[in-house]
Amino acid sequence: MTDEIDLSRLPPPEPYDEARDTAQRKRLMDAWREPPGWKIISAVNNSHIGKWYLLTSFGFFVFAGILALMIRAQLAVPGNDLFSQQLYNQLFTLHGTAMMFLFAVPIFEAVAILILPEILGARDLPFPRLSAFGFWCFVIGGIFVCGSIFFGVAPDGGWFMYAPLSSDPAYSGLGTDIWLLGLSFIEVSSIAAAVELIVGVLKSRPPGMRLNLMPLYCWYVLVVAGMILFAFPPLIAGDLLLEMERAFGWAFFDPDRGGDPLLWQHLFWIFGHPEVYIVFLPSIALIATMLPTFAGRPMVGHSWIVLSAVGVAFLSFGLWVHHMFTTGLPEISLSFFSAASEAVAVPTGIQIFCFIATMLVSKVRPSVPMLFAGGALAIFVFGGLTGVMVALVPFDWQAHDSYFVVAHLHYTLIGGMLFPLFAGIYYWYPFVTQKTFSARAGRWSFWLMFGGFNVAFLPMHWTGIMGMPRRVWTYDLSDGWAVLNMVSTIGAFVFAAGFAVLALNVLWPRGKAPLVKRNLWNAGTMEWAAEVPDKPWGVRSIPYIHTRYPLWEQDGLIGEIDRGEWFLPDAEEGKRELIVTDILDARPLFVQRVGGPSFLTLGAAFCLGAVFILATFHLWTITLIFGAGFVGFTLWWLWTGTSRIPDTPEKYAGRGLTLPTYAQGNRSPGWWAVFITMTGDMTAFMGLVFSYFFYWTALPDFLPSAAHLPGLGWLMLGLALLIGAWAMTTAARETLGHGRRGLSMALLIGALPVGALGIGAWCWSAYSKGLDPTVQSFDAMVWMLILWMGLHLLLNWVMHLYVAARVKFGHCTPEYRADLMNLTLFSHFLALTAVTIFALLALFPLLMGVGP
Amino acid sequence: MAGRRLQRGILLIIPTFLAGCEGRHNWLASAGAEAQRVEELFWVLLIGAVLIWSLVIGAAVYAHRRQVDPSLETQARRFILWGGAVFPTVVVGALLVWGLVILRDITADEGDLTVRVDGERWWWRVIYETPEGDVITANEIRLPVDRTALFRLTADDVIHSFWVPALGGKMDMIPGRETTLALTPIETGNWGGLCAEYCGGAHALMRFDAIVMEQEAFDTWLATQAAPAQIADDDPGLEIFQTEGCGACHTIRGTDAQGPVGPDLTHLAAREKLGAGIYEMTPETMARWITDTHAMKPDIDMPPYPDLQGDRLDRLVAFLLSLD
Repeated sequence: MTDEIDLSRLPPPEPYDEARDTAQRKRLMDAWREPPGWKIISAVNNSHIGKWYLLTSFGFFVFAGILALMIRAQLAVPGNDLFSQQLYNQLFTLHGTAMMFLFAVPIFEAVAILILPEILGARDLPFPRLSAFGFWCFVIGGIFVCGSIFFGVAPDGGWFMYAPLSSDPAYSGLGTDIWLLGLSFIEVSSIAAAVELIVGVLKSRPPGMRLNLMPLYCWYVLVVAGMILFAFPPLIAGDLLLEMERAFGWAFFDPDRGGDPLLWQHLFWIFGHPEVYIVFLPSIALIATMLPTFAGRPMVGHSWIVLSAVGVAFLSFGLWVHHMFTTGLPEISLSFFSAASEAVAVPTGIQIFCFIATMLVSKVRPSVPMLFAGGALAIFVFGGLTGVMVALVPFDWQAHDSYFVVAHLHYTLIGGMLFPLFAGIYYWYPFVTQKTFSARAGRWSFWLMFGGFNVAFLPMHWTGIMGMPRRVWTYDLSDGWAVLNMVSTIGAFVFAAGFAVLALNVLWPRGKAPLVKRNLWNAGTMEWAAEVPDKPWGVRSIPYIHTRYPLWEQDGLIGEIDRGEWFLPDAEEGKRELIVTDILDARPLFVQRVGGPSFLTLGAAFCLGAVFILATFHLWTITLIFGAGFVGFTLWWLWTGTSRIPDTPEKYAGRGLTLPTYAQGNRSPGWWAVFITMTGDMTAFMGLVFSYFFYWTALPDFLPSAAHLPGLGWLMLGLALLIGAWAMTTAARETLGHGRRGLSMALLIGALPVGALGIGAWCWSAYSKGLDPTVQSFDAMVWMLILWMGLHLLLNWVMHLYVAARVKFGHCTPEYRADLMNLTLFSHFLALTAVTIFALLALFPLLMGVGP
Repeated sequence: MAGRRLQRGILLIIPTFLAGCEGRHNWLASAGAEAQRVEELFWVLLIGAVLIWSLVIGAAVYAHRRQVDPSLETQARRFILWGGAVFPTVVVGALLVWGLVILRDITADEGDLTVRVDGERWWWRVIYETPEGDVITANEIRLPVDRTALFRLTADDVIHSFWVPALGGKMDMIPGRETTLALTPIETGNWGGLCAEYCGGAHALMRFDAIVMEQEAFDTWLATQAAPAQIADDDPGLEIFQTEGCGACHTIRGTDAQGPVGPDLTHLAAREKLGAGIYEMTPETMARWITDTHAMKPDIDMPPYPDLQGDRLDRLVAFLLSLD
């Protein structure tokens, strides 16, 4: 067994043979070559997708930045009529929306997709086609949301979309639907990226890289992707409620029908505050990766940083209410959330002090990236300190929704996120382009942006103290805000000029310039082992890693990798191959074959995009057609690209290591992807459960009398049938394992009508008692939970049919049954959902004494 | 008070470019007891923040400049522990306690008078609760000095937020809920009030005046507000008001105009501003408000009356400005 191989005592490599090296390189090249010409859009390799992702995110950054300049132009002088009230409201809504959803979060995904595999010494991420799918979803959704402004129908409800301004169609138009559906679609791509990155960090590490040896960057990626997984789904649940109210009049936020506008604020900020740290931590990760390089030594307090990052992530889920300090909550809630908000200062402080401590024991080489890192520190610490201020409730009652908060959030985001990101852009520029940038222009861009930023945002604190509220399109000379605003506007344009210098520096064609030397900065992390000029395969052979900074601490590693002395130096079968390792100790588990270029992912993303866009305009028939197209493309993609039964059960990976070529259950990345996705799905479901209990605590008469509860008998029957369907799926897995293919298929198909009857019984339980979702919040909640179950069941049916077909056509066999195992895992989560819904609809009212 | 004067001095010195600012929305004007408590907090926080920022950045600059000394590793770890963990814990812990003490001090369950304010798109319905019954007005709030006013806040359509920065903090007005806010003015004057929560459309133009008066003057004013409008029966302006349909939305107590939709106009001319705190109350602005409403405040429900011109307009304006 591979588990017993002692990686530190591998047999020596075979002597170098140039002919073999050339042949292996050619075969690797054939496997990893990208499609030529326009067909490049079907590429899925992380270096292509990462670059496109990065450029697209920056495209949206420029777009949102132009909106910001328009905002500043409008506010430059009092009583300005440059833009109308209507357009201005769209400008700031779209500015916030695009910066947060189309730049700040996607840029994390972009950078991670681009550099994570290389830092891990891996060839690619475990699901390259999923990355590509996520990227194309992001492009389509982003263009849809941003493009709306050119038709004058951009969202204008603020990036936070508070109900009832957003929920009542009388107050908000098409823009809100565009916001809701467009962003839900982009959230799908974020969650896809999160799944990809979590599995990437946990399962794609090189052999030997135990968790405690993992570079800091990977820790941050793991933490942030985990946060996305728990933060985005509650917003998806909120989006669903809001769109159901907007499109079909379901009563969730309308107080006249037992709804509550505050529910939206909770769901939004349960997402929205972790979001801030989702944006901030990846940039700190960049500094934590760059600083050791320029200090020429490992980071001081490595474990402290890891623990702090985890601590921030944990705390960030417990302080959303500080966005709601002025909503009249009881003092006990205010105290708790104020304390939690202040507590974040501690782990954040530790990270910053680790950086300073590292500088203390080393001599940091001056460079453009370090210049930006220094600027980031100066700005971010300031933003952190104003954060301590606004976390105090009495202070927040003044500062909230004033320009003080605008200044605060831009100090934290630009200092904590943008400047470190720019540092990273300069740092990894030679890695991506193999050329050098102009250091002089780099310094110019820094000083313009640093100066412009402070001129723009430092006075804004004072504008807030002078009482200027946020989101106002005009003000009067007598308000006394004119000079401050003019100064801010000038600063904003200087900042923009600085960014233009950076953009020119980065995008300047340097075709004839000489290539950089390898590992230009003399860094210790694996991405700098990449050859110059670079190769599409990422790493020539996958090395054994037993240090935190392999290029410093493992002598001769680059040479060994280049000569193909490590694992998988060849691609005999012409397939793209990765090594999958176990989560804790990174013992090699098996060789995973990943998909190459494909148009299927593009087709799937295009159809899904069309579904969301058409649903915005309530064009249900075409929506359904494209929905079917999406399912078709996805199934085709899965059928041809996943769980392929290998030609040989094992493969020699080099250095005496023989690995299986197929894995199922919790050894396979696919199983983990299902597990992680369903964890996110359960989190969204928990958003609905939260809503149910929120109504119950906020509204004394939320639970109706017994006569208006869904029928208990039907609920029980429905649950029994749903559990029965689940048992059949599980039994199908077992029977296939025992070689009884026919029975297994019968069970898979048989589970469909059983589940259908189950959900039918539930629908009847509500319908027969006259529950109408447009009348009361309780009724709406009941139907929402049943709808949630129904939608999942629908998905489950498609999967059942798919797996049954896989069994039928011999792609899923007693020996190789990963598909069925993944389906069973999905069904476990479904059973859990069913039991929870039953508890909410049947048991909870009984417990409260309103049952029959 | 000497300390306060000194603080005012600093306030003027730091941002010199602020000279000439009026500051009727200024938190640090501290015309209310609640604002004053926050101001105390603010100065401590500001000075503390400047000190801590200088220390942290100073430490970073020092660490960058000094010679390499690997033997410092132990000290570096101690530096992380004390500077990164212990120091912030102590500081934010102390601040948290202080903040919560202030929070308790500035909240109240009852006041010397109770005012209900209802946020509308984009104006304020104001109701004073008196022993003789409710007194209804709009878009202007007058308060007696040195008395605690308890505001009971609601909203009819979307979320708004009630904020008089010079008097104290803000509180949201949420449909389906009632929130409360206590304000105790300590300085007379006309302080600015604003909607702080984005409420769509003309959010920027949703203002009001918060006028703090001596108790006697306030009592007189409230008594006037409680009375119906004093209008001659044959006032031609009232006839125009009614024939144009203004009374369908607006109420003028003492007449047939009993519309509940828009602001109560019974004592319109006694208010200092027009259009929810945004224009001076003059015949010119009033005439324009009636004929070209949406240029003055876009998106509002009140329709413009462009055809109302000349003599009829003048009479209507004169009538409205006589409602004091």
